[in-house]
Amino acid sequence: MRILVCISNVPDTTTKVKFSNDNTAFDDSGVQWIINPWDELALTRTMELKEDASNPVSNVTVVTVGPAGAEPTLRKALAIGADDAIRVDAESGDAHFVAAQLASVVNDGEYDMIFCGIESSDYNGSAVGGMLSEMLDIPSVSAVSSLRIENGEAVITRDIDGGKEEVSVPTPFVGVVQKGIAKEPRIAAMRGIMMARKKPLQVVPAIEAEPLIHYQEYVMPEPKAPCKMIEADQVKELVNLLQNEAKVL
Amino acid sequence: MSVLVYTENWDGKFKKLSLELVSYASSLAKMVGGSVTALSIGKVEQDELSALGAYGATNVLSVDDAPGGLDNQLYTSIITAAMEMTGSKVLVLAHNNTGKAIAPRLSVRLKAGLATGVTALPESVDPLVVPKKVFSGKAFAKVKILTDSAILTLAQNSFELTETGGSASIEAFDPGVDVAGVRTSIRDVQKQEGKLLLSDAEVVISGGRGMKSTDNWGPIEELAEVLGGATACSRPVSDEGWRPHEEHTGQTGKIIAPNLYMAFGISGAIQHLAGVSSSKCIVAVNTDKDAPIFEAADYGIVGDALKVLPELVTEIKAAKAQ
Repeated sequence: MRILVCISNVPDTTTKVKFSNDNTAFDDSGVQWIINPWDELALTRTMELKEDASNPVSNVTVVTVGPAGAEPTLRKALAIGADDAIRVDAESGDAHFVAAQLASVVNDGEYDMIFCGIESSDYNGSAVGGMLSEMLDIPSVSAVSSLRIENGEAVITRDIDGGKEEVSVPTPFVGVVQKGIAKEPRIAAMRGIMMARKKPLQVVPAIEAEPLIHYQEYVMPEPKAPCKMIEADQVKELVNLLQNEAKVL
Repeated sequence: MSVLVYTENWDGKFKKLSLELVSYASSLAKMVGGSVTALSIGKVEQDELSALGAYGATNVLSVDDAPGGLDNQLYTSIITAAMEMTGSKVLVLAHNNTGKAIAPRLSVRLKAGLATGVTALPESVDPLVVPKKVFSGKAFAKVKILTDSAILTLAQNSFELTETGGSASIEAFDPGVDVAGVRTSIRDVQKQEGKLLLSDAEVVISGGRGMKSTDNWGPIEELAEVLGGATACSRPVSDEGWRPHEEHTGQTGKIIAPNLYMAFGISGAIQHLAGVSSSKCIVAVNTDKDAPIFEAADYGIVGDALKVLPELVTEIKAAKAQ
């Protein structure tokens, strides 16, 4: 079984965001880049699956769509344990463009399970995994919070609005994963980092693909009014304010 | 230009979320000069279906013999058939688990630009430009749809219900799709019976590491009950296993937007704020006066959550009793 984990290279989640060119572009100066948190959890679960000898997982590939500057993030994924990496050489576009690149990578390889995070922490689109599965015309399971392999199929717990479902799906499929899939993201060990330098990282050219949307402009939220502080022994006053000023009780 | 809205049901009932979607679609239809058709999949009583008319749907298509459980490919086919039959150019869905699962597939199938987590009506309709949050709430973006057709998923609690008082005609709809191709099979369903969902709650009471132990959650649950709300927690709390991961609110957990969010013993790391900053009113209780939660909060108390909470429960009960 071969697994592909799609990785988005995103600004560290503590980044203070800034925009440039009249608020039409994200200003990435001084930004630290990380593996998108959900993708990192997907990779962690994938490594757990591979390490369990009862699972027939032979190879784990990670892929990203991005410029050369995204390679350290791919190397990090290799250090965590992926066997090889692919970078589609493109300035990342909208979700449709990215999904089209990934579909091309999948068509050039043979993957039984393909994992994407439920969203990326930059554009919060929640779109790439679903688009990719539709382009490939294969099943997708979204909001995956646990996954195991049983008789060559995946047995998945997914969150539905109001509960959980256990579903099984034959390969190939796209799993769109969320929190819960792995307990905590794995941190690369020194040995992993050393080995990652020698692992194959293939760069492939982008294919032609149309964007369907365009991020036209960014706007910072309105600054909010300062917090009204109430003394700890004036709880009654807080209740009064919530009831009569904020009118939320 | 007509607008199709997919109104999901839960055991045959619509939720406030479904009505928000119809309200939004109805306002949007006025802007683009068209009518709203609601699509319902699964068994729903006629009264429930016709109630959608009060929020602006003129027509309801009902597919009442769809198989139980969501198969993303099947639902994509059903909704595509409804888009084609009605000639709709805009599709509105919820930005919930279902919407996130099927909207991207529909975007590819219909060659329609997709904007997810939309927070308000378009600022222009030709071209269609809609606002959404990006960078986990740290900024907004204006998204321009480049295609003729558009798909929007609406962020929950971001649009007020608007009753138009109309009535909807109901039509049984046969999408003509083949269920034999369904490849996901549902083995087991566990519903959160009788429990208010975090995403649906108007009031959310949340605890962090400052609550010290899983044993101290009594007053949080009590307060949630008194206010008809749901309980939540910060990431360290769910990582410790004090509370289930479904309660984790923050960047990698649930993103919520209740009317009232009360945070007890939560310092307010930027990742936590990303999940709650859209709340209309935030109350924070924390021992550290410099905790970042106070920058996001509307009302704050510097103090021990364990001491303040029981008193707050008593005072709120007293205020409610009046």
